[in-house]
Parts: sequence; structure tokens; C-alpha cells
Amino acid sequence: MSAKEKPKTLQLPDLDRVALVDEVGVEERVARFRSRSIKNASKVEALKMILSMIDLTTLEGQDTPGKVRQLCQKAIHLHDGMPGLPHVAAVCVYPPMVGIAKKALGNHNINVASVATAFPSGMAPRQIKLEETRIAVADGADEIDMVISRGEFLQGHYEFVFDEIAAIKDACGTAHLKVILETGELGTLDQVRKASMLAMHAGADFIKTSTGKIQPAATMPVTLVMLQAIRDFYFATGRRIGMKPAGGISDAKLAIHYLVMLHETLGQAWFSPEWFRFGASSLANDVLMQLQKQQSGVYQSADYFSKD
Amino acid sequence: MTSQPNKLAFNSGWQYAAAPEGTDHFSIGKRYGLFINGEFVKPATGKYFNTVNPATEEVLARVALAGDEDVDRAVAAARKAYKGVWSKMKAAERGKYIYRIARILQERAREFSVIESLDGGKPIRESRDIDIPLAAAHFFYYAGWADKLEYAFPGRKPAPLGVAGQIIPWNFPLLMAAWKIAPALACGNTVVLKPAETTPLTALKLAEVISEAGLPPGVVNIVTGAGKTGAAVVDHNDVDKVAFTGSTNVGRHIMMALAGTNKKYTLELGGKAANIVFADAAIDQAVEGIVNGIFFNQGHVCCAGSRLLVQESVADQVIAKLKDRMETLIVGDPLDKNTDIGAINSAPQLEKIESYLKIGQAEGAEMYQSSCSVPKKGYWCRPTIFTGVSQSNRIVQEEIFGPVLAIQTFRTLEEGLTKANNTPFGLSGGVWTDKGSKVFKMTQGIRAGVVWANTFNKFDPASPFGGYKESGVGREGGLHGLGAYLSLD
Repeated sequence: MSAKEKPKTLQLPDLDRVALVDEVGVEERVARFRSRSIKNASKVEALKMILSMIDLTTLEGQDTPGKVRQLCQKAIHLHDGMPGLPHVAAVCVYPPMVGIAKKALGNHNINVASVATAFPSGMAPRQIKLEETRIAVADGADEIDMVISRGEFLQGHYEFVFDEIAAIKDACGTAHLKVILETGELGTLDQVRKASMLAMHAGADFIKTSTGKIQPAATMPVTLVMLQAIRDFYFATGRRIGMKPAGGISDAKLAIHYLVMLHETLGQAWFSPEWFRFGASSLANDVLMQLQKQQSGVYQSADYFSKD
Repeated sequence: MTSQPNKLAFNSGWQYAAAPEGTDHFSIGKRYGLFINGEFVKPATGKYFNTVNPATEEVLARVALAGDEDVDRAVAAARKAYKGVWSKMKAAERGKYIYRIARILQERAREFSVIESLDGGKPIRESRDIDIPLAAAHFFYYAGWADKLEYAFPGRKPAPLGVAGQIIPWNFPLLMAAWKIAPALACGNTVVLKPAETTPLTALKLAEVISEAGLPPGVVNIVTGAGKTGAAVVDHNDVDKVAFTGSTNVGRHIMMALAGTNKKYTLELGGKAANIVFADAAIDQAVEGIVNGIFFNQGHVCCAGSRLLVQESVADQVIAKLKDRMETLIVGDPLDKNTDIGAINSAPQLEKIESYLKIGQAEGAEMYQSSCSVPKKGYWCRPTIFTGVSQSNRIVQEEIFGPVLAIQTFRTLEEGLTKANNTPFGLSGGVWTDKGSKVFKMTQGIRAGVVWANTFNKFDPASPFGGYKESGVGREGGLHGLGAYLSLD
């Protein structure tokens, strides 16, 4: 369904009826994913897919237009020495950098994603969050990564969180909305599952694990619980929601195991940057290094890969 | 969520390339003799039989067929070693030998895993991560008890029994050998072990380990053969203790043969365990537990959760999720590191499973199998579930010993418990609920040797294992397992 047609009536689901999660069982399942052995052709295919799913990210107080332009160059030219590489899915920046990124990316078909809603804490009045979202979209953001109000969620003010997401979604217009649950602050996997359901029902296009500013950020158990929530939501409503683990995924092997998890939980239909993203800043170079190794049989020094 | 218009697609797009475990790091002999008195000897019968790779139907090796005379030699060697060396040795010394076996098994784990998968058809992931490490763990565990038996049974006088005749099945060949040999040796007994005829190789490799560990000749003897060889071990006059793991039918014959003799015995027999899923369970993890309960080791597990009892209000959801999960199970080459379900152990076993698939359908049950393709050569069975079955169906009552699950529903806790216990077996059970009080109520109510809560098929050397009713007599593992190899005056 296109971003424009919204579900007719958004309704907060009965969160007491959200499926329960057993943490031990989740960890066992994750261990099985991690014992999968991905070799040769499927490894190369996976590595290229991972590149195409990356939201290349810089979210620092010290970001400057120059730094953002460099990152955009990296997004366009991942490793020109190696032909046939895809480009990343998006560049993810703070709102003041959206215009700069938009210009730097030109017509390379790479999206600009902007965090908004008083990222990373989400501690701001709603009208400021809405205004920030509108400004980012007006400056050209194709995607908005919002954070939920964890304090309200933890107090059980689900209505508040639900309304806020719905309002931000409205403010996004045609821009895609990714809802960051900040799972590292939610405490339990049951809470992760509840927050996932709440966000999807409120109109999220993507659900995302973390800001990257809180530890733990993305983990495989948390991501599995969110993928299972996406699957149940899909069965119940027919709507497909995207998934973005973010933070802490810095090596190719781990990223491949995320794909294994995606493959065995949601299947083929989610295998595209339209439905699955990695929020990462240093993952791309490790993936490139692995690709190079698959081609030449030996590892190259990190100095052969640009660090922007 | 009763109807599911939306399908997930698992079998198109990105797939895993073959990732076979290597086979160039060890060798299997062309022909194996009997391991008697510390060396491999030719059988008096002069006969050998083939052991076959069930995934390819290729012959792996020829193995000696032990007759009465051979079993006699083996028992005599065991008796001599018992009298002359093993029962006289300081207990701490005995322990050292057993520790040595455990360590060598760990060092040679990769070799043992691959041979176990070649000979038995089980996926390398399981032999590598479960069978072989657990076998080593059993030796480590019982090695520690060897010089502490007085503390295990305070106030009693633990003494070894003598010669133990041990017969093990084909579903966990090395692990079952470890379950049997480790406590027997720790308690000061000597052993005559008969491995299953379709999976003798890891036991014969274990004979190499036992030699390498320097055990005195005759302490462990291994005689290969089929049912007749096993009967010769059971019937031998100079055997003091019989330990058997296998089918209920054979167990019954053994019990008859032992009636009126002075031999001690433990029997681990069949099962038809209920895996009970309540509506308040963590459903996604319960589905994993169902899969692990019935598809682990191709369902060749005596404690498999082969009867699923699911509470009516979540039955549609659980079955839908189970079907999706079954689509992601990889069936094929046991040596591929990504294989979830390997080959059925033998042609006769496949025939038996297939006969039950026909029986189930003839009884009116609805059969569902995953859509995976299976290799042309070898013995294979797709993961299978039956819905619309009831207690009066044979596929609910009888042990199939394959990847076949019978699914029933229940409404109340009492109904679930009644159905769970309404079986001649009682080896294991499973309960899935988020509610602790319900766990306690169910685990106390289920009449089975092991009941798992929110997990399934978990094993540990420290935990006793054994059955109620037709599932067997006696306990193995843990402290209980020691008692089975001792006289306690």
C-alpha cells in the first residue's frame, strides 16, 4: 500500500493481549541462527544485500556540513575499485543537515533519513516534535526516524505514545516513518513486543530498535521479537512493516546472521531495502573487506577502504 | 487469527549454499573385528555385516557378527578384568582412566561427530553440538563420582556388581554408549557392550579411545551384531547386570528372560510424550519447543514430544505458526552444517514410519508435510504433522519414532492432563505456560520420568532419566544412575 492511503481508523490495540515472550527460548532460537554457515555464493549475495540495506549514519553533536558531505560521497562511492556494488539505502543525519545531504546526494537515488522528535531522548513538548518533523520533511527528508516517549510508555501511558506516533506520522506527509523503540530502555522482551505492536498500529512504516546512544543497542534477540511482531501484524492486517536494527552491528558476519534471522522469520518478501535496513556507521567497510576477500582470497588492509 | 490470507515465502530468493563438513581428517577401517580383552579380534562366526550410510545407501564398513562363542569370550575377558584388576584398583585410579576417556573424546570430537552423522544419518549440527559433547560430559561427570561413592550413599556399603551386559540403540549411538559405560566403570564394574547393528562405528572408534586411554584389557569389551547377539549377552550366566535401551517390545522379552535370575537390570524403552501448550504460553517459543520436541534427530528420540496437546483457543494460531516454521527446516545431507533434519536411520525404520503415515490417513486424520524436496538416494521423511486425531487413533497411541507429530486440542487443564496420561508410556512430557502455578500443577500430574517446562529435550549428566509404565524400569544418569551399578548393603 502506498504511503498516502492511511488505515481508515487507527486504534490502540489491547496491549494486554499481545503475545508473551520467553527470553530463554528467544536466545536459543538466536543461537540456532548464529550456527548457520553461510558460504560462497550465498555469502557474496548476502554481503551485497547488506550494503544495499545500510542507512549510513552520522548523528553527532560535532557533525558539520563538511562531515555530512563526506558521508554522502561514501554513500555514492562505496568502493569504486570493485565494480557491480550497490549503493546504500539512505544517509541518516540530524535535521539541520538534511538540506546539505539532499544536495550532496543529488539524483543518486539514495534517500535522506532524518532523526526527529528531540532525538535521542524524545524529551520535548509535542508541538516541538511535530515542528521538527515538518521542517525535516520540508528540507527534503524522505524518511523520518522518530523516538518514542519511553517515559510515558514505561508509565503505561500507551494512549499518549500511540497518539504521538500517529500525529508524527501525519506530520511526515509522504515521508516514511521509522519508529525507534529504544529497546535498551524498555527492560524486557515483553515490553519490546508491546511497543512494536503499539507503533505498528499507530502507523509506523518501519520499527527500529535503537538510537545508538543507549547500550545495549540492537541485539539479535530484540530484533527477533520485533520481526515476530511484524509477522503477526502482517497476518492480522495484511500490512507489511519494515524492520531496522540500529547500533552495534559493525561486522559483516553478524549482519549476515541478521539476514539469516530475517530469512527464517519473515521470508523472501522482506529482502529489500524497502523492508529491511541496518542502521550503522562502520558496517559498510567490514562488508567491503569481506567482499574483497571473497574475490581475491586474502584480506586487504583497512587502509584500502575509505573512512568517511 | 483463524484465517491466514497472507503467506510468507521461505523457499525462493536468497538460500544457503552447501556447507559440508569435511571428511578428510579421519579414516574408517574397511573391516572391524570384535573388541575383546583390549584388542580387535576376528569373530568365531567368521561372519561380517555391512554398516550403511543411510543418506547415500553406501556401505561404510564391514563389521564382525558376534555369536554365542564370541559373547562368551567377551564375558570371560570382562570377568577376568573385574576379578584381577578393576575391582581391586583404587577408586581414584579408576576415575583417572574415565577422565582420560572424556578428554580424548573431546580432542577427537570432530572425527566422532562426522562418523556419527555418516553412520546414523543425524545432522552434523546435532552430533557436533549435542551428541559428542554430552557423551564426553557423561564420562567427566561419572569420573568424578568414582572415588566418592560412599558420599553418594552415606551409611551404605556401595560395591560393584561385576560384569555388566549393555545393549544400546541406534538413535544416539555414542551418547548411549557413554550413558552405559561411564557409570558402570565408575562403580567398578566391567562391561560387555553391544551397539546397534545399524550404527556400530562410533562404539568401535570408542574402543580405540579406550585403548588410547590405557584401560586394562577386558574392562570394556564391544561385541557387534543384531538381536541374537544382544540376546546372548542378556542370557549369559556370568553377566550380573543388564542395561538396555531400545524398544518396549524387546524390553519385554528381556524382562521375561531375566525373570527368576539374580541379574539386576535397567530398561529404557519407548515413549509417546505429550507436549502441552496452554493459551497463556509464549506461543512463538512454544512453537520452537514443538519443533525441537518432535523433529530433533528425525524424531528418533524415545522421549520425543510426539503428541502435541494444544489449548483450543490458540490451536489455529499454533498450527499455522508451526506450518510456517516447518517450511524453514532444512532436510538433507547430514554432513551439511545447515541441515536441520537428516536421514532416517535405516530402510526398515523408514518403512515403519511410512506405514504409520498410511495408518494415520486411513484413520481419517489430516496429514500435512513441509514442501521441501528430499534427495533421491537414501532414506528420508519430510517433517509431518497430523491434525484431527483423537486418543483412539493408533498414531496417538503407538510410538512411531520418526518426524511425525499427532496434534490434539484440549479445553481445560484437567482434560489436558487426562489426555497426557492416557497412554501406556511415561517417559517424558512438556508443559508450556507463562504461569508458574500451572507448571507445578502439571509437572506433578504428568506421570513421566522427565517433564520439561517451557523447554524440551534438554539433557544433563547430573539429571536422572527413565520411565513409568511401558517406558521402562530404573533410572540412568545422575546419582540415581550410580545406584543401578552398585549393590548397597
